[in-house]
This record gives sequence, C-alpha cells and structure tokens, in this order.
Amino acid sequence: MLVKNLLATRLGKSELRNPTILNSGYLGVNSDALIRAAKMGAGAVTSKSCGQKPRKGHPNPTVLQFGDVIMNAVGLSNPGADEEVPEILRAVQGAGVPVIASIFAESAEGYVEVAGKISKARPAFIELNMSCPNVQLEMGIPFACDSRSAAQIVEMVKDTVKTPIIAKLSPNVPDIASIAKSVEEAGADAINAINTVGPGMVIDVEAKKPVLANKVGGISGPAVRPIAVRCVWEISRAVEIPVIGTGGILTGRDAVEMFMAGASAVGIGSALHYRGNESFKLICSEIEEFMKKNGYSKLGELRLEE
Amino acid sequence: MLHQKALITKVEQENFKVKTFHLDLELDAEPGQFVMVWIPGLDEKPFCVAGVKPLRLSVAKVGPFSEKMHELKKGDFIWMRGPFGKGFELKGKKVIMVGGGYGVAPLRFLEENARKKDIDAIFIMGAKTCTELMKKPKAKILNVCTDDGSEGMRGLVTEHLEVALKEKVDCVYACGPERMLVKVLEICEKAKVECQFSLERYMKCGFGLCGQCSCGGLMVCKDGPVFTGKELRGNSDFGKKRLDASGKGIEI
Ligand SMILES: Cc1cc2nc3c(=O)[nH]c(=O)nc-3n(C[C@H](O)[C@H](O)[C@H](O)COP(=O)(O)OP(=O)(O)OC[C@H]3O[C@@H](n4cnc5c(N)ncnc54)[C@H](O)[C@@H]3O)c2cc1C
Ligand SMILES: Cc1cc2nc3c(=O)[nH]c(=O)nc-3n(C[C@H](O)[C@H](O)[C@H](O)COP(=O)(O)O)c2cc1C
Ligand code: FES
Repeated sequence: MLVKNLLATRLGKSELRNPTILNSGYLGVNSDALIRAAKMGAGAVTSKSCGQKPRKGHPNPTVLQFGDVIMNAVGLSNPGADEEVPEILRAVQGAGVPVIASIFAESAEGYVEVAGKISKARPAFIELNMSCPNVQLEMGIPFACDSRSAAQIVEMVKDTVKTPIIAKLSPNVPDIASIAKSVEEAGADAINAINTVGPGMVIDVEAKKPVLANKVGGISGPAVRPIAVRCVWEISRAVEIPVIGTGGILTGRDAVEMFMAGASAVGIGSALHYRGNESFKLICSEIEEFMKKNGYSKLGELRLEE
Repeated sequence: MLHQKALITKVEQENFKVKTFHLDLELDAEPGQFVMVWIPGLDEKPFCVAGVKPLRLSVAKVGPFSEKMHELKKGDFIWMRGPFGKGFELKGKKVIMVGGGYGVAPLRFLEENARKKDIDAIFIMGAKTCTELMKKPKAKILNVCTDDGSEGMRGLVTEHLEVALKEKVDCVYACGPERMLVKVLEICEKAKVECQFSLERYMKCGFGLCGQCSCGGLMVCKDGPVFTGKELRGNSDFGKKRLDASGKGIEI
C-alpha cells in the first residue's frame, strides 16, 4: 500500500518532501553547507544572501544569543555573485532538494544584475532579501519597508529572469499586508516573512559599549514568533501567492501555528541553536504526529477558518 | 550566552611571538574547546582554552587583534564568551600528543588531564627554530624538535611521530598548522591508530549558526573544533580550503 506523505508541500511549481526550509544566513555559506542542511532533513535550503561584490560583513561580535533571543549583525558577508554561481550550481546538483538562492543589492539595477547571474545556476527560486536591517548605515532603510521600491525590484527582476521569485519581507513596517499586495501585483511567486525584527541593541554595562560591533542588530529566535505569526496571518489574508512563515519556529507545534496563520511552508533557523542539527527531522515528525492525532490529512487543512 | 569580564592576573612570554594570559574567571572547559575573546570596540576572535584553574589563553601575535592582546598587562580586562565546541576525548592507557606552534597550548592542557587519569602520554612538540618553541609540558616522555636543529632533535614532529608509533598506542592527538595535521592523519591511518585533530577556520558566530567556519560542510565551531580522523577522512576541505570573512574559498 502506498503510504501518503502527510508533509508533501507544494511551493509554486516546486514539490517539497516536507515543509521545512533552511533560512538564509543559517549554515548556507556554500554548496557543502547547503548539502549538509539538506542531509539534516530540510525540505528545501536557502543560501546566504549574495550581492554584486564580495563583502566581509561587519567585524565581530556579529551574532548574540541569550534566552529566547538571537541577534545578528553579520552585515551581508558574501563572496560576490561570480563566486556564488558555481556554489549554487553544485548545491542544485548535490542537495537533492530545491535550492533557493537568496540575493540582495543596493539598487534595483543591482538586483537585476545578481539575479541574472544566479539564475544561470538554475535554483528553484531566487529569494529577494529586501529586508536586512543590519546594513542601514551603508544602504539606507530596507527596500521592503516601502511598497513602491519593493514592487519595482520584483518587477524588474521578473522582467529579466524566468526563475520564480520569492520576496522576503520585513516585519518592521506599519502595514505588511499592503507591501505583500504590492509585490504580488509586481509578479512575485511567493513571499517569505519575516526577516529579523528591530533592529535592537544590547549594551555590555561593564564594558560600557554596545556588544555588536555594528551596535544594532536584527532580532530573531523564539521571542519574535508572535510577530512572525501575526505578519504571516495578515499577509496570507491579503494575497493569493504562497507564504513561507519564518521566525522563531522551534517545534512542530510552532510550525502548525504558522500553517494555521496561513503559511504554506516554514523557515527554520534559530531551531538549529535551540534543538540542534536534528531540528528538521524533529519538527517534521512533530507536525506529522499532530496531524495524525487531530485527523488532518494534508497541511492545507490546518489553515484557520475566517 | 553573553560576555563575561575577566581580569588578567599574569602574562607569561612563551616565546618571541606567543604570550599566555592567566585570567581570573572560572570556566568549565575541556581541552580543545575555545572561547570568543572580545576587546570592546575592536573585535572578537576565537582562542583555545590553554588551561583552567586558572583559566589560560595562549595568543600568538599575528595581526591587529592579537597585537592589541599583547599590549595588555596584569590588571587589564578582556571579555569572553564560551566555552564553545567539542574538545578532545581521552582514550585508552597510552597516547601521543603532537603539537606545532601555539597548538602546543591546548595539548599541554590535555596532557595535564591525561596525567590525572594515569594515562601515559608521549608529547612531541616542534617549531621552526628554538625561539619559536612554546614552554614545555611536564610530560614524562617529551620529544622536542626544531626544523633547524637549534634545540632538541632536528626535523619535523611528524618524523618523530612515525618513530614513536613503532610502539602501540591508543590514540594520537594533534594541534597545529593544517599541513602538519594532514601528514599526521596519513601516518595514523597507515599505522591504523585512532587520532583526533583540532582545526581552525574563520569564525563569526562561534556557535554553529552562520556557517562561516564550514570545512566541507562540517561546522568547525560546533561539530569541532576537534574532529576524529574518521570524520576528516574524505573531507573535501581538510588541508585544502578555508573560507575568508566573505565566505570565499581560499586554498590553504
Ligand atoms: C577554534 C580556534 C582556536 C584558536 N586558538 C588559538 C589559540 O589558542 N592561540 C592563538 O594565538 N590563535 C588561535 N586561533 C587563531 C586566532 O583566532 C587568530 O590568530 C586571530 O583571530 C587573529 O586575529 P588578528 O586580528 O590578530 O589577525 P588577522 O590579521 O585578522 O588574521 C591573522 C590570521 O588569523 C585568522 N583569523 C582572523 N580572524 C579570525 C576569526 N574571526 N576566526 C578564525 N580565524 C581568524 C586569519 O584567517 C588569518 O590567517 C584560533 C582559531 C580558531 C578558529
Ligand atoms: C546569523 C543570521 C544571519 C542571517 N542572514 C540572513 C541573510 O543573509 N539573508 C536573509 O534574508 N535573512 C538572514 N537572516 C534572517 C533569517 O533568515 C530569518 O528571517 C530570521 O532569523 C527569523 O527566523 P529565525 O527566528 O528562525 O531565525 C539571518 C539571521 C541570522 C540569525
Ligand atoms: S562560526 Fe558561525 S557556524 Fe561556525
């Protein structure tokens, strides 16, 4: 008898063996690390955001963890699009799961250039990171904080590449649903919400200095989950395209909560710290257990009724 | 885990480029584990724990951060978080330690622990020349060598390892330049003896999130920095490639 995969997930044209997706910026600096994450059980893997030119990122400390908070100001370190293309290609060939290539740039034209290069490696999606709060001194307020800028980038990239596009949005806006609507109208194939919250700041009172070298950094981890759930709920009521729910998901229960809010898949990142390398497998088996216990036969049935 | 402030209680000059800092901080660390040392306003970098009670770090002067460390004196403070990573695991009754450069520091700590557990250790340490030798451990059997023969025996630590392995031992522990580690792995595989290595890669988070320290997909900060020979066999980056701060692969 054929056993039905309760976790089968469809994201646009891609079939995922399960709905857990490795978040951008976690592990995925190169093909080896992406393939490793796929082996850990992820249904899809997202690469670290890549830009036009190599960037070292901010000096250390760049990542902090305390209690339910992870804070980072890595500062978009990446080897540049030309180095990234062969890495994405190797990951696409070796991961055995869909590879999402995350990109960023300082201008709409920059996104077009990077997307053009990266599309040659044939990732399943290109994710437009328009929402990093850790480079504001250099790059200004993230594009995802303004409907028009966000839509313009999506539109220009869609005009250049055939690869399906995910727009990654920022929670740090008064009305995320309207931004989601704009990127949908501009042609985005999916939305990922949320990028990190804030930014926030931690001061070491003994040193009398901010701990992060960048002084401020985006907040993630279980502390931001209620914000992420609310954002995904607002977005999924406003758009038809699928939403990847990201932010502080540690357990199957947390993932189910995201599906109830309207997500089609979930981004997994901070779980790797709190629950280790088994996170993807644990979360998947916990979702499955919940579904069986409560009589759900597919993920879509989890969504809240209006 | 956030940073703790630590008072420097003593600074020892090990050789012309390495200083060992004694710190007034209780840290429950194993040999092979590391801490992220933060100098507020400058940077934060990984260093192996070179001993506990008192906590010690041996720092080679190689660039801006370590130069700043070398300016610090008794009575100054540094900040740190950790310990991070997986340390060495002592095994059997007779072992060999092979250290090159400041890699000798964590192995001295391991050798102290071995002695407490009545494990016999043969300690092989080397440097290019006598002025680069680290302070010697109290090991019963100590082989010192320099490339130029200016102190101890002339030759590489790996040559002495081959000789020492004529006797049966339970495990070989190595820390030092990666080219040396590659050679040690080769020798141990030929002699069919277990081995453990401490690796270094550029680190950002230090606790397994950012991927920066990837060595063929293994995260050196969390899966290591100590790996067994088995884990490293066939690793595409070991001895070959490291990532720079941007994530670009660079030949070793
Ligand atoms: C797990 C681990 C344990 C280490 N233990 C020791 C130790 O016990 N004693 C010691 O002297 N050194 C140790 N190092 C190396 C030490 O971290 C570097 O020497 C130090 O960061 C150099 O900084 P700098 O500014 O002085 O020099 P730079 O000019 O910045 O760099 C010199 C060299 O250090 C490496 N380096 C620089 N930044 C980092 C970083 N963030 N992470 C890793 N490597 C870096 C560079 O690749 C370069 O090869 C260890 C490294 C790792 C990864
Ligand atoms: C260390 C670190 C690096 C990150 N780098 C990126 C990045 O390069 N691009 C991106 O879109 N998001 C990045 N993020 C944000 C995550 O992808 C994710 O949106 C956010 O952390 C919320 O999920 P989490 O709580 O599971 O971490 C990063 C997060 C962390 C902690
Ligand atoms: S330094 Fe971030 S994963 Fe190892």
